[in-house]
Amino acid sequence: MKYHYEVSGDDFTRAGEASGAVKATLKRLGFPPEVIRRVAIAMYEGEINMVIHADGGDINVDVEPDLITMVLSDRGPGIPDIDKAMQEGFSTAPETVRNLGFGAGMGLPNIKKYTDSLDIATELGKGTTITMTVRVA
Amino acid sequence: MTVKDLIDDLELDVLTAGDLTRLVTGGYCGDLLSWVMGRAKAGDAWFSVMGNVNAVAVCVLADVACLVLCENAALDDAAKTRAEMEDVTILRSTRSAYELAVTLSQKLS
Repeated sequence: MKYHYEVSGDDFTRAGEASGAVKATLKRLGFPPEVIRRVAIAMYEGEINMVIHADGGDINVDVEPDLITMVLSDRGPGIPDIDKAMQEGFSTAPETVRNLGFGAGMGLPNIKKYTDSLDIATELGKGTTITMTVRVA
Repeated sequence: MTVKDLIDDLELDVLTAGDLTRLVTGGYCGDLLSWVMGRAKAGDAWFSVMGNVNAVAVCVLADVACLVLCENAALDDAAKTRAEMEDVTILRSTRSAYELAVTLSQKLS
């Protein structure tokens, strides 16, 4: 089954709506709690990144019995140095965002930790597309 | 130990009540939300001073047993509404995260 979500930019109160909806759907479909938790956390981190850095974007989720695929696309500034962005603690988030409790530099590292595959396609000035999967063991 | 036991043992105020029969299996202290999402385990009691709507989202997505606001930290109105909507339990204490975690550890062992 396929699901589509729009993420609005610069709205931290609404961030988490898409991941919350996916969590509810997976729960209803009877997926194991740990799979749901991994999908929900990875997707929330992705959502937050889109809100902080890219003025929103859109998410497509494909739910198969043995594999959940999430594709997050934005038209933001792109990631200049992916290796750096993958380092725990590295963050370019502004002070206002840090005051909300974000910007710990754990977003992409958390996504990597909780997914089985992570692919980042980014182009400066054009945007970033992150494709990640969680296998249902 | 259930969330209800935690409330009694640590003498916590109940700000929003979700599933109070849920088991508390551990604890985690932290205020950086992504850090917490990366490290806290499902079923943990989460000790923090972060009482905003994003903290509630972290509770839901990381599947912690409850959020305990330490040292009388504030809970935003929007966060309270969201927590009630999502059945998230939020508790509060005047004590520090350290003191509460030490007590929880004693009760769990």
